[in-house]
Amino acid sequence: MLHDTSPLAVLIFATFVVGVIGLSFWLGRKKQSAQEYYAAHGQVHWFVNGIAFAGDYLSAASFLGICGMIAFSGYDGFLYSIGFLAGWVVALFVIAEPIKALGRFTFADALDAKFNSRGIKLAVAISTLVVSVFYLIPQMVGAGSLITPLLGLPHAVGVVLVGVAVTLIVVTAGMVSTTWVQFIKGSLLVFFCGVLTMLILGRGLQVNAGRPGTEILVAQVKTIRPDGTVLIDGVPQTKDHDLRPVGTLLRLPERYAGRTSTGPLRPLEYLAALEDSTIVSWSAKRHTDEQGTHVTYAPVERKGSELLTPGGFFKGLTTGKLTDRLDFASLMLALFCGTASLPHILIRYYTVKDAAAARKSTVVGIAAIGVFYVLTLYLGLGAMTSGALDPTDTNMAAPLLAKSFSTTLFAIISAIAFTTVLGTVSGLIMAGSGAVAHDLVENVCGVRMTDHEKVRCGKIAAVALGVIAMALGILFKSFNVSFLVGWAFNIAASANLPALVMLLFWPRTTKQGIVAAVTVGMLSSLAWILLSADTFEKVYGLPRDLSPMPFSQPGLVTIPLGFVVLVGVSLLTPPPVARPARP
Amino acid sequence: MATDEQPTGSRLGLALFWLYVLLYGGFMALVLARPDLLSWRPFGGVNLAIAAGMGLIASAFILAVVYMVARAGR
Repeated sequence: MLHDTSPLAVLIFATFVVGVIGLSFWLGRKKQSAQEYYAAHGQVHWFVNGIAFAGDYLSAASFLGICGMIAFSGYDGFLYSIGFLAGWVVALFVIAEPIKALGRFTFADALDAKFNSRGIKLAVAISTLVVSVFYLIPQMVGAGSLITPLLGLPHAVGVVLVGVAVTLIVVTAGMVSTTWVQFIKGSLLVFFCGVLTMLILGRGLQVNAGRPGTEILVAQVKTIRPDGTVLIDGVPQTKDHDLRPVGTLLRLPERYAGRTSTGPLRPLEYLAALEDSTIVSWSAKRHTDEQGTHVTYAPVERKGSELLTPGGFFKGLTTGKLTDRLDFASLMLALFCGTASLPHILIRYYTVKDAAAARKSTVVGIAAIGVFYVLTLYLGLGAMTSGALDPTDTNMAAPLLAKSFSTTLFAIISAIAFTTVLGTVSGLIMAGSGAVAHDLVENVCGVRMTDHEKVRCGKIAAVALGVIAMALGILFKSFNVSFLVGWAFNIAASANLPALVMLLFWPRTTKQGIVAAVTVGMLSSLAWILLSADTFEKVYGLPRDLSPMPFSQPGLVTIPLGFVVLVGVSLLTPPPVARPARP
Repeated sequence: MATDEQPTGSRLGLALFWLYVLLYGGFMALVLARPDLLSWRPFGGVNLAIAAGMGLIASAFILAVVYMVARAGR
């Protein structure tokens, strides 16, 4: 669909960007110490840090991706939310306090605290960079692909805009400005999702999205001809002749017989009413002939109860194939274990003053993120029945839902969706900057630096990473990158979690064991992903059957493998001299 | 290593962690083994899938608060 862009959205976004960059320069006006650049002096208030956790963690994939998945496939998007939130339990109960007590600036500091081994620092710095880059690519590509429908600018402009803004945020005041940008973004995101949810509940459920007589039960065909022109139902696409928006409610529950709208509903009432309703979603079928590629969007009547149970996206849950179920289990395990292994999340623990503040800020983070995920369920379901969806683009579900209320709200949500990218990317660049400057240059290569030089080195690394991020965002433009976030969770969990957990709970862990576990976990999960059926199909464009892997998500095998390798190698190497205390 | 902390605090953390593993793992096992049960509507309103999902999110928060308060009271 062709989307009208809103000058107001550009204005709101520009104001936000100018505002945060101005704030960053103001925060960075004085000369900084390394402690300030990398860890905001450990002086961030726990509440601010908690909301910043949300701003760091809730990426564009969380906001637009999950809303879109719920709007298109129903309940299964919520399974992602449940998994993403559950990971914070591991962070709080197992990882947070030791990370805080053991490390100074980076995740490698914590893993290496007892051994002072260059091997550990090297392995962990590389795994930090690999995980951060995999997380970074979808953020940057997302920035590029969002900017066209939302702000009306070309892909590369979106990528460069985000790259430059984030680099400026990081080099002006490092972790201090990153924290505030994430705090502002986290607050805006949760607040406006709350506003949208109130509006959804206030509107209630409406037959045909309140537009009786519109053609919702007629199929539509989009054709892309070999010369690139687009036809809709055989006629060239224009703003006046475009795909009709989809996603509406056909019949309300019997208790509303004779009415076309439920009127305002309470939160649980809304879900119950939706369950008893009939919804028109759609199927997309593609075929290619000499006239081009045709995609037919055909309406499908579905029971609300079917859309509110698992199986819409994870088809394997209903087909009963064992490997499909293992794939699902593997993903849910990776989400559970991955959060507490993400370097850009872990470094936030160095910005608060002590273990008590670390705990309090995690509780605030869990509250903000949990509320956000409950709200996205309503956003997704509201979009599903808003009669405003673009069948060709899942990412547009939340903004188009906002548009069904008002164009001002569309502008606000568009601008927020775009600023979402800023908060997460600055966290990732910060984590990468620490891995390069503090771990690799200072500790692995042994370059001695004054405090001031350490800051400068970190800033140079941040600029380099910003440039690399922009290049990757443009390079991967035409790839389907949405599943790279899933890769990042798998690699983080496989490479980092076994080492971290065993270091804390098994005194016999040796430095060779840690190096081996991180290296094997990272390489095995990466290799598995590159050979998986999903990657064959979506990245290489090859048939799924050619993949040698039984299922696509590696975590179920590679996380345990990391533990086995660590125990095996540790037992084969001399025990550590200083026995670690139990946490 | 976490020397400023009471060991009992960590034991509580681990106990809460395993409790959550049980809840999360139990729910995922249900999704995998008996998805038909998830459309059951125990309270007449929302189904078990929604109730359990919301419950998992709420229980993460409740356990987190329990942990925070217990550690602060030490």
